[in-house]
Amino acid sequence: MPPTTVHIGAGAGFAGDRPGAAVAVAEALAVAAQQGIPAFLIFEMLAERTLALAQLDRRRDPDAGYSANMPALVGPVLKLCLQHNIRIVGNFGAAHPMAAARRLRAMAEELGFANAKIAVVQGDDLSARLTSADLAARETDGTLLAGRTDIVAANAYLGAQPIAEALGAGAQIVVTGRVADPSLALGPLAHVFGWRWNDWDRLAAGTLVGHLLECGPQVSGGYFADPGLKDAPDLDRLGYPIAEVKADGSAVISKPDGSGGAVNLRTVKEQILYEIHNPAAYLTPDVILDLTEVELAEQGPDRLSVTGARGHARPETLKATVCFESGWFAEAEISYAGPNATARARLAIDIIRKRMAAQQPGLAVRADIIGVVSSFGDSAGSDLADAIVESDDIRVRFATRHADAEVANLLLAEVEALYVAGPAGGGGVRRHLVPQLASASCLIERDLVTPQVDLAP
Amino acid sequence: MSRVLLHRIAHARSGDKGNRLNIALICYRPEFFDAIAEQVTPDRVADLFASRKVGRVQRFELPKLWAFNFVLDHALDGGVNASLGLDGHGKTLSFKLLTLHVELPQPIQSLLTDQS
Repeated sequence: MPPTTVHIGAGAGFAGDRPGAAVAVAEALAVAAQQGIPAFLIFEMLAERTLALAQLDRRRDPDAGYSANMPALVGPVLKLCLQHNIRIVGNFGAAHPMAAARRLRAMAEELGFANAKIAVVQGDDLSARLTSADLAARETDGTLLAGRTDIVAANAYLGAQPIAEALGAGAQIVVTGRVADPSLALGPLAHVFGWRWNDWDRLAAGTLVGHLLECGPQVSGGYFADPGLKDAPDLDRLGYPIAEVKADGSAVISKPDGSGGAVNLRTVKEQILYEIHNPAAYLTPDVILDLTEVELAEQGPDRLSVTGARGHARPETLKATVCFESGWFAEAEISYAGPNATARARLAIDIIRKRMAAQQPGLAVRADIIGVVSSFGDSAGSDLADAIVESDDIRVRFATRHADAEVANLLLAEVEALYVAGPAGGGGVRRHLVPQLASASCLIERDLVTPQVDLAP
Repeated sequence: MSRVLLHRIAHARSGDKGNRLNIALICYRPEFFDAIAEQVTPDRVADLFASRKVGRVQRFELPKLWAFNFVLDHALDGGVNASLGLDGHGKTLSFKLLTLHVELPQPIQSLLTDQS
């Protein structure tokens, strides 16, 4: 009898996620797996820039280029997953999925699972196929790529089909590079239930499940608590989410018993709309998802059903993210406290602005007064100029960017000099200079992208 | 009618894609939906974020979720990879939206007391 339910847990929602958070999820999935329910654990670890950073790692070391945090996040659950046939799907392959597979092979061997089946999904990397001019011609929403020669990474978002194919080939672990985040969940669902790739409503339902899981605990109480207004208990031991999905695509979102956090109407609504633009048309490589008729219902404590996703035919083109070098980012801070602190902070800003303008006319320098205006403020400083808030314990922050590290570094030297040459009582200077990557988006014809599935040796 | 902080009747979450910000605004109770629909207009939100030089502001309504989705173009100073600001993702900006005030009619205002 074909399975009626699939359980999918989220082990990570970004590259810097909590090590060990996946353990409680894997333990819950193991219980399901013992009852014969197909179980999967997904790891979403690739933000827009992350893949380009991995590409830079690979340039330095041919065995690097996958998510450096993969061993820390997958390691604690690998044995449990291999023992209980909980299949792992993750985009931790980043810029080098084959190297990630080699590392996983070594990790599995150490645990006594030398024959673990590991599959690698590739074909997202466009760098060998399209020149920078080709990419520039396909850029959307801007002309950042015109004339660039410093592109670091160009990757198309693959969909769920190659993931389903890898699972069909018997993979216990599927390593991908760039895929659309929700496809990490849709791949397993389409594989188990045999959904057709033009069954738009089901593909939409599976995409919604993936969308809810892709940021890990953001659906189960993370990025949510506003004490006294909307609370989520025990965030120090926050439970990562699990979706129980039926063959018709309807799902229940839950989390491990006894874990912290919450799954309720409020947490799930916030995540449904997270990073969404038009809710009637959320584009993925697999389908166009319409969220406008989605219905939620509480099914018990920390259990919420999700139904009503609708789908339309998938987009003709694939989105790609292209990252390029973007100079140096310089940031420095200094503190002022006690009587008249805000006035001394404003004086420090005035000094830095004048000295930078004299040495680098036209260079944009941002100033913030942390504790007065910093998060909501604009880079031109109009919010800061208008602010009338006074504070007696504040931190002034400066930032700039330049193609030349030496120019960016000027700001850091000037802020440090405030120790002796600035207003009274300035202390605690911290400064850093880091290389920057920027990104642009392109739309790529599907026939230029060939997903490839291989079983890793 | 009485004037209440949006933060008391709705919750919000920011998300970013490139230089575009979206803020989901969700009513704590369905009874608050109409007042917000009428008063938290795209123009008013554009004014609130004017210093950030935002472009087009769109509002999508999701009555089944008691929610609105605001999409603000060019709101993130170039986005997380280009902004000189501390919060390049705009994650704090959902709470800027919640600083707006809304006039609530008397019968609905009484629902505020059991607000949790």
